Amino acid sequence: MSGSSYTQLLDLAAGLVLVCAILTLWRSDLRAITSILSIQGVALGVVAGVLAIHIHDGALAITAVIVFVVKGSVIPILIRQVVRRDPGSREVSPLINVPASLAGAVVLVAIAFLASGKITALFPNPASRLAPIGIATVLVGFLVLVTRRKTVSQIVGLLLIDNGVALVAFLLTTGVPLVVELGASLDVLLVVVVLRVLATVMRTHFGAFDLDQMQELRD
Amino acid sequence: MLIYVILGLPLAAALVAGLVPWRHWVGWMTTFANGSVLVFGVALCVKTVDHRALLALDGGLRADALSSFMVVVIGTVSFLAASQTVRYLSSEIDRGSSSSRHASLYVVLVQIFVACMLLAVLSANLGVMWVAIEATTIATTFLVGHRRTSGALEASWKYVIICSVGIALALLGTVLVYFAALHVGGPHSGPHGVSALDWTSLMAISHHLDTGIMRLAVALLVLGYGTKVGLVPMHSWLPDAHSQAPAPVSALMSGVLLTVAFYALLRFKAIADGALGIGYTRSLLIVVGLGSLFVATSLLLTQRDYKRMLAYSSMEHMGLIALGAAAGSSLAIAAVLLHILGHGIVKAVLFLAAGEIYLVEGTSTIDQVPALLSRRPMIGGIFGFGLVALLGLPPFSLFVSELNMIRAEVAVGLTWVAAISLVLMSIIFVSMMMHGRSMLLGDSTSSDGFGATARTFTVPLVLGLVVSAFFGIVAWPLAPLLHAAAHVIVR
Repeated sequence: MSGSSYTQLLDLAAGLVLVCAILTLWRSDLRAITSILSIQGVALGVVAGVLAIHIHDGALAITAVIVFVVKGSVIPILIRQVVRRDPGSREVSPLINVPASLAGAVVLVAIAFLASGKITALFPNPASRLAPIGIATVLVGFLVLVTRRKTVSQIVGLLLIDNGVALVAFLLTTGVPLVVELGASLDVLLVVVVLRVLATVMRTHFGAFDLDQMQELRD
Repeated sequence: MLIYVILGLPLAAALVAGLVPWRHWVGWMTTFANGSVLVFGVALCVKTVDHRALLALDGGLRADALSSFMVVVIGTVSFLAASQTVRYLSSEIDRGSSSSRHASLYVVLVQIFVACMLLAVLSANLGVMWVAIEATTIATTFLVGHRRTSGALEASWKYVIICSVGIALALLGTVLVYFAALHVGGPHSGPHGVSALDWTSLMAISHHLDTGIMRLAVALLVLGYGTKVGLVPMHSWLPDAHSQAPAPVSALMSGVLLTVAFYALLRFKAIADGALGIGYTRSLLIVVGLGSLFVATSLLLTQRDYKRMLAYSSMEHMGLIALGAAAGSSLAIAAVLLHILGHGIVKAVLFLAAGEIYLVEGTSTIDQVPALLSRRPMIGGIFGFGLVALLGLPPFSLFVSELNMIRAEVAVGLTWVAAISLVLMSIIFVSMMMHGRSMLLGDSTSSDGFGATARTFTVPLVLGLVVSAFFGIVAWPLAPLLHAAAHVIVR
């Protein structure tokens, strides 16, 4: 792979990860949101794959395949099944409306670029240059988590944060060691499984509901 | 070999409990397995007390004095919690709120939970440690929601979401430390691969880590692991989860899971102090420590639920050990570790006693369980002595550790921190005494509880209190170990 096409592909895939994160704020149809999440997982896998080819790293190539499979298809499928049980489910009344959250996302992206400028300036290379995109994805994930009120939306927010951290890890360090990556992927998968079961139990317990309705425990 | 046995015991117990249907002996088997973890943990301490480290699995697992000490804490608390498993599960099955399949799941998850905590303290690699701590969240989610009431479901949802976010931040912090390590002395020197997240190799190069990156990394780590410790600002899951979980699970979470997460912070603190000097991490720990103390104090004053009271008291004690770690001298770290052990035992005893009170009284409201000492002298007595121990009165070990943490804070010039924490501790002391008095004392109209308390309940809990008092009076059996463990962190 030539230098410039490597850089372009990396820019494109990393940018797509952030675009997907922002799109989850824009769409309210939960089915569409899971599709966006799947695209983000694939983009993340591409980032890892491109880096693996560029530096000829076998372990990273394995990681890329795992990310591709787990985040690109398995997790979105698991979430889609929750959504399907609740047809017509939409994130109708987020705490902050869509235009405001998109504006918020822009501010967060700016903050991410300003705050992580130091890191990228320290060891400049085509990959670490993109690290602020990962930080921005983490921050957008936070925004989704605190402003959305459906169980599925909160799972999505959590996964955005996780994907953002994974992106930073790929771009800065070409991935954490394989054993850690395996464990981390397994953990994420299990968290989604646990949340899926919990969401199902809560549905049978409370009926169709917003998380706002859970207010039993407080001081 | 010893390390494999320690990690294998709870896993083997989980396997057996998963394969056979729930019977009482399964519960006692797990008690035996966790008790054996304690025994082998003591053996591990004997081997590592002379500043050596045991390695296993090609250096992937590592036990120094600090790890061994944490294994003992995990063994002690999990033994206490497991000793009440049969009691808790039988009562749930008798009341018809749990099936035997549920009971099996409970036992399996508890043992996996214990195994994850052991892996966290025994792994040499900070990445693997992260994976293990994240896995504890997964294993405990269903345990928190085990009672399947709306409160329990709400608590477990909050728990898993907040802790997963926290732990994701901790991963980001870990990645940044890894990044800093990869770039030591230029882009292509320094350790690579797994060894770059190995704690000992990181310690060796800690002076050369980039300070800008380390500052960001440490802030994320304090925030991230601090979530699992129950420190502000991401503490809101703690009172809910600890009050809604079954009593033995609350005992494990409050007694030892919080401090396993704190252990992770201690490991990173040692690296950060090498890179940044002691001041940076110190100020972060003071902020989160005092913040947690403030929150705990304000919510303990008006607390009406005795399980939540115990949960906020855990926040108080986590705040105290954060302040102790902020002082950072070897006296301070030794006191922090003694506090971790003492708090683990006492808080486990109290949560188990609270579970028993809830079982016989059917409510967790403080005002509705008056005159326990005259109505149920055994349970009331254990709860009362537990409270006295928790509030740091002599002869219990929390008195010694709190005193030494305060002394250490003053010795390093943090007198104002010591003063504020003493004031807050006094307020907490008074308010918990008031709550304790309204639960324990008073006139009773009926005495329905005489002799009704089972020996399987009283013996382990009284034993726990005796051990705590023992280490408050004579420190010599622990002193060399505490010294060696503190030496791991403070060079």
